Order: sequence, then C-alpha cells, then structure tokens
Amino acid sequence: MRLHMSDVRVRFGGRPVVDISEFGVGAAEIVGLAGESGSGKSMTTLAILGLAHTVGATVSGSIQLDGTELTGLSQRELLAVRGRRIAAIFQSPAMAFSPVFKVGSVVLRALRLHGMSRADAADAAARAMRQVLLAPDLLDRYPAQLSGGQLQRVAIALALALRAEVLLADEPTSALDVTVQAEVLDLLRGLREQEGMSVLLISHDLAVVAELCDRVAIMQRGAIVEQGPAAQVLSAPQHQYTADLLAAVPRLAPVPDAPILPAPPAPQQAPTASPDNGERE
Amino acid sequence: MTVYVARRVALAALVVAGVIIATFVIARVVPGDPAATWAGPHASAAQVAAARRFLGLDRPPALQLLSYFGGVLTGNWGLSVHTHQPVLSDIGTAAPASLELVTAAMIIALVVAVPLGLISARWPGGLADQAIRAASILGVSMPIFWMALILQLVFSQQLHWLPAAGEYSPSLLFSHPLAQVTGFSLVDALLTGNWPMLGSILAHLVLPAVVVAAYPAGLIARMVRAQVLDTVGETHIQMLRALGFRERAVFGRFAMKLAWNPVAAAVALVFGYSLVNTFLVEAIFDWPGLGSYAAASIATLDTPAILGVTLFIALVYVAANLIVDILQAALDPRIRLR
Amino acid sequence: MIEAPTPADIPAAVLPRGQALRRGLRANPLLLAGALTALFIVVVAVLAPLLAPFPGDAGTATHPFAVLKPPSAAHWFGTDQVGRDVLSRVIYGARISPLIAVIVLVIACLIGVPLGIAAGYFGGWVDEVIMRVTDVFLAFPSLLLALALAAVLPASLTSLTIAIAVTWWPWYTRLIRGQAASVAGRPYIDSCRALGIPRWRIIVRHILPNSVTPLIVQVSLDVGGVILTASALSFLGLGAQDPTPDWGLMVAEGQNYFTTAWWVVTFPGIAIMVTAFAFNLLGDGLRDLLDPRRSLLP
Repeated sequence: MRLHMSDVRVRFGGRPVVDISEFGVGAAEIVGLAGESGSGKSMTTLAILGLAHTVGATVSGSIQLDGTELTGLSQRELLAVRGRRIAAIFQSPAMAFSPVFKVGSVVLRALRLHGMSRADAADAAARAMRQVLLAPDLLDRYPAQLSGGQLQRVAIALALALRAEVLLADEPTSALDVTVQAEVLDLLRGLREQEGMSVLLISHDLAVVAELCDRVAIMQRGAIVEQGPAAQVLSAPQHQYTADLLAAVPRLAPVPDAPILPAPPAPQQAPTASPDNGERE
Repeated sequence: MTVYVARRVALAALVVAGVIIATFVIARVVPGDPAATWAGPHASAAQVAAARRFLGLDRPPALQLLSYFGGVLTGNWGLSVHTHQPVLSDIGTAAPASLELVTAAMIIALVVAVPLGLISARWPGGLADQAIRAASILGVSMPIFWMALILQLVFSQQLHWLPAAGEYSPSLLFSHPLAQVTGFSLVDALLTGNWPMLGSILAHLVLPAVVVAAYPAGLIARMVRAQVLDTVGETHIQMLRALGFRERAVFGRFAMKLAWNPVAAAVALVFGYSLVNTFLVEAIFDWPGLGSYAAASIATLDTPAILGVTLFIALVYVAANLIVDILQAALDPRIRLR
Repeated sequence: MIEAPTPADIPAAVLPRGQALRRGLRANPLLLAGALTALFIVVVAVLAPLLAPFPGDAGTATHPFAVLKPPSAAHWFGTDQVGRDVLSRVIYGARISPLIAVIVLVIACLIGVPLGIAAGYFGGWVDEVIMRVTDVFLAFPSLLLALALAAVLPASLTSLTIAIAVTWWPWYTRLIRGQAASVAGRPYIDSCRALGIPRWRIIVRHILPNSVTPLIVQVSLDVGGVILTASALSFLGLGAQDPTPDWGLMVAEGQNYFTTAWWVVTFPGIAIMVTAFAFNLLGDGLRDLLDPRRSLLP
C-alpha cells in the first residue's frame, strides 16, 4: 500500500466527520472513494494533505505514505510532501486557479518551488501539457480564457510535471460536461498506466467510479461501510447503503416488449377507391 | 483594453454632463430671488432688474441651461455673490490646500489601516481582530466636526504639542516667505527648499489630517479584512497550499494580489467623501482650503459658490472613479475580458 | 465578513432559526453591545419627558443666571450658553436623530425600491434611463449632494430630511436593480409568465421578496450614516434651528465657548458618536448573520 490510512478520525467543531479504520491506495492503482455529498470525502483529502486545520478541523490516527508517517509531521516538513509526493486536483477547475495570475505562472512557480531550475521547469511544463493533449502556449493565458476541461487538464499536467506518487482527485469531473468528462478520465487512466501514479478518486458519481476505478470504498457519514474490487462492490453490494446508492442511480432500462410507437390500426374493410387510397399508413 | 478604456471614458463624460445639468437644476430650486441677493438688501427695483439681466435670469430656462453648460465647459462658473470673484478662480485658490489635506489623510489612513486589516484577516476571531474591528467601526461612526474640536482642545490647548490653527506659523510669512510655484504649499516649500516653512506646514497639517483620516482608516481596515478573508477561503488558495507553498507565500503573494482591487475602488470612493468632510474640519482648524471656502459660502448662502464647489468635487469624484476603473481593469484580467 | 470557524461553531444553517439568532448574538459580542445600546437610545428617546431633569430646557427656556456652569450634581452635563441643562437637551436630542434616520430611509426605500425593481424587471430602455439618472446622483458623494440641496432650501429639519432622502434613494435603486435583474432572469419567472400570471403579481409575490435581503442589510448599515450626515448638516446650520435640541446644532452653538466650557460640545458629540456606533454595530452584525456565504464546511 503506497498510501495507507488507519484509525483516522477527523473532528470538526467537536463532531467527528471522518472515521476510517482501514483504507489504502496501492502503487499504480486507482481507488475510488464514493458516497453522497457531505459524507466526509473532501475532508479526507484535506486530512491526507495535512490541511485540515485550515478549515478548523483536527486529525488523529495514522496516514502513511510509503512508510512515512504524515500525521506527526510539522507544517514545514509537510511542505516537502505536498505537491512533490502528493498532488491534488479539485472539483471546480475554474476556481482552482488564481484568477489574477496566468496559469503558467502558477505551474512554473510550483515546479521551481520543488527544486527545478527555470529552464527545467519550463521544459517539464511544456512536456506535461503535451501529455495531456494541450498546446503549451495555453500556459500563457488567464484562467478566464480557458474552459473548465482545459483547466482540469492543466491541473493534471501540473501533477504530471511534479512527478507526484499519489494524486488526490476530488470530484474532478463533476463540474464538466459528459464528453469532457470522458477525456479527463482517460487522462487519469493514463497517469496510472504511464507514470505508475496512485490515484485516489473521490466522487459521488458511481458511473465515473465504475468506469475508472480498480477498487472502491463506499463512504457513509464519514465511515467506510464497504470496500473491495470495483466490479464486485458495484454489481454485488454487501452493505445496504451501497445497494441504496446503486439503486438511486437513474437508469434507462429498455422494456423489451413495449413498442415505441402504437401499432397501425388493423384494416376493417376491403380497400375502396377513396381520395387518399394508399396514402394512409 | 483600449475598448474598455474608451467605453469607460464615454460613460464618464455622460455622467459629467448629467452632473452639470443636476447642479443647474439645484440652482433653480433656490427659493427667493438670486438677482435680489446679488443686488444687495438696499437695492432699488431698477437695480434688481438690471442685476437680473446681468445674471441672465430673464431668459427662458432652456437657454439658461445651454449657456450654463457652455459656461462650465469654458471655465465660467459664475460669480460668487459674496466675494464677487469668479467662482472657478476662488476654487482654484482654495482647492490645492484641501487636496493636500485629503492626500495626507489618505496616506495616514492607508499606512494605519492596511496593516491592521491584514492582521485582522490573518488571525480572524482573535482578540486583535475583535479590537481592530471595533476600532474600525468606531472610525466610521465618528462625527468629524466633533473629533476636530476635541483633538484641537486636547493636543493644542491643553498639551501644546501641536499648533491650533492655520496652515503655517504666521511669523514665517516675514522670515521665510513662501514662493508660489505650483499653488500647493507643501510642494512649493519642498521645491524652494524652504525647510522652516515645510516643517511648520507639516506641523499644522497633522491634526486636520488625522481627523479626516478617521473615516477612511475605518473603512479601509474593514475592506482589507473582508477581501482577504474572502480570498483566502477560495479554492485556488487551497490548491496553492496543496502544491506545497508556504502559508506566508500563499497569504502574502497570492491572496493579496486579489484583495487589492476592491480596496483600490474603496480608496477612490473615500477620497471624494473625504474631500467633502473637509467642509466640517477646515473651518475649525482655519485651514485655507475648499472646506473653509465652502463653509463660508454656506454661512453666507452664496449659491453660485456652493454649486461651484459641488460641481468641482463631483468632477474630481468622477475622475477618481474613472482612474480606479481603469486601474482595476489593468490589475484584474477578469474585468477587461468580460 | 467571513470568520474562520471556532471550535464551538456549528454552521448556523444547521440549527433552527431562533437558536441560530441566539447563537449569533452570543458569538458576536460586538453585535450584542450594539443592539443593547441602540435599544437603550430608543428607550431614552421614548421616555425623554420622564428622564430629563429639566424638560423645559429642551424647548425655549433660558436661564441667564445659570449660563455655562460646569457639570455638577444639579446639572450632570453642565449648562450651555443660555443656561439650559445640557443633559436634558441631550436626552431630548435622542428623539431627533434616529427619527430623522427612519424617515429618510423610509422615503429613500419608497422611491428607490420601485425604481430599482422596474429597472431590473423590465430592462431595456427603462433600465437605461433609470440607471443613467441614478449614475448622475451617485456621482456626488452623498454628503455633498445633501448639502447642496439643503443649502438652497430654507434651513429646517424638514429641508434636511428631504435633502438627505433625495440623496439616498439612488443607492437602493442600484442595489435592488441588480437583485431584481438576476431574479427576473431565472427560469421560474419564465414559467410564471407562461402560466399567465399577471405582471404585477409576479413582481410583488416573486421578484420583490427575493430581492429584499441585501436591502435590509444595507438599510440597517445606513442608519448610522444618515445620523452622521444629519448631524453634520445641522452643524453647518442647514438643519435644525435653535431652540431644537439637535445634537449637531448643539455642537455648533457650543463651538465658540469650547475652550472654557468644554462640556457644551463634548456631551452632544459623544451622543452622536455612541448612537452612530451602536447602529453601525447592529447593521454590521445583521450582515454577518444574514450573509449566505457563511458556510464553513469544505
């Protein structure tokens, strides 16, 4: 397990919002964390990054990255982990980039923060942009000049350029329309295939989870109620909540014997010569 | 960008036209006869009639508006009933001192309020934050004229730390007379190397500037706090943190750049407001600026002068807002890309 | 103004309304102080005849032999330049400022809100015309326009009230217009129209209620501002006239004696400051409570 959480409890205002006894993401694995809104999924992301305090929450328990214990680290030590070893992309790509800075400015600054020289950073950024099928000169634009899909791809490019080991993807496709969604999911798959990145995909959309993830954990009110291989959990749920979630997904179920159009009326008389003979269906 | 600027300038010009018409309308609301006031209390009927013709009050209103409009644009803002001088030249003499005063006040306000607002936003909910918020609200609740009197009493009368009134010590008029270069006393003193005069003006400037600075300081501190807190709560800030940027960089470089814009707009707004506040302060401190002129005009019900000052300040206000609009568009790409 | 959550915070939206209000009051000591002080001032104003030791001094009474007496047991705030008890005049003054503020704001709403709704709902040239006119009004700093108007009208409290009200309504028009325009653009308004609901009904039952919240906040914030503007105008001699116990007028009248009789100016001034402060705190706190962006969970 590259990323391993055990007995992790996140408290917000005294109330526990996350209570995970055992959960992990392996190397080159895409794991989904699914559940309805408010189940604590996003808090989990913040906890892993050590940013829970920024919203006033406290974290207890063990979160390990390749053996390194993250929960005990000071903020300064965590700076070496964030970005460099764990990257994150967020739900609303349009809001994830500072509107008054060019997109490339943030990317380059982040790369240089983690030790790259100016030239190396520019190269890595350009290369990563091409990997996500974007022209590198788009980095010269402001977020307002790029579409949601493009911005999300830039965010993925950033994770690529940083060569992070783990990518936390918090509802990466919720704000995108379906066609763009598919492209982004493809890219995430590519990260696993080509870079060996571990991806933790957080989503309320079971269809996305089903499409992309190797394993999935179902979260209800902060606790994981069921986890296992995606195909198994989603087709044969053990827990009632999982079953309810699946049942709530609207389906277009074809009803076999119901014709779409009503059958033509049966002919009742022998055809006679009439003005529209042959014209009527 | 040029399209944006052009549009803004056109809009400002339209507003200026409206402002001129508005002052004309207000002038017409005056009860009583301006001609009679002009001619004086003991004038005969013939003299009043002559005054009416002289002032152009016997022509139809539309024509009067047109000539008023033309007059304003060519620099003829009427004659002060009290001083019988052209209003525009009166304003020209008085305005520099007020502009100096308000600029000094804005500088004081920014120097005090921006750091306090930042401290407030950096540790929200804390003791410093509560204290700063209370002080800010107090600043905008202060009756300026009363504050002026109190400060004058305490710091001048009782403590003798600062001079009570005037723009500079009168004795310096003889020992170190001030040469008129730009009309702005501080600038002139600086340009001519007249250090005693400069020191005296600055000493006299302190109290009035502090009084005028109270409202802007309160407002700016609150604005900075609100804007920075808004910005810091946004997703892109979390993203920057997630990328491994230090909190100091996140706050200092990224959050701040976004927060400046609305604050800049507030500064323009408050500059105009403060210019009007000088009406309440200058007379008390005998500061020879627009405020003293306006207060005297109000006391003598000198309508052309009052309206001239109103027009002037409104124009300054429109200009300030225009400049800030353009500045904002330059700083925040979202505005000009819309 | 958004605050970081403190450990005892649970988002207000989770609790029932009454509890949320009490929570808000407790969490925000400034709001509580403001509310209590404002209440105190209103009570003083209402009970003025009972509280003032020398009610006649708020009117035309003069006492030539008790001129400019410093604060004492008999006169807590001293006496003014014609011998009137300053405390009594300050107490009666509490009737004037808040009342003017209320009248001004009501008039400003009565003019501004319908214009704003018309501009926002109908759009087109109605919007353009109304907004251009509003722009011209807003090109003047509010005190300035009120001053110019008050200066050309005969000096009285009525003129002052009218002058300030005329200056104030454009802010509300602009505010309401933005809200009304965004509400009017929502799909459910289209459905209302499609259902044949008459225009006036749509406006009154749908547009209006959904546009009002920011107005309520703004009005409560403006009370302090109007009080300061009114007292400033009275100070300049454009509002209340002697013997009305208006605080601004009292400061103006006491100016000349200030160096020897500080109490004549100090107490009315403190009254203005405390009143404006209280209502500003109140308005501020209300805005914090009603601010929809107050969600604290990620």
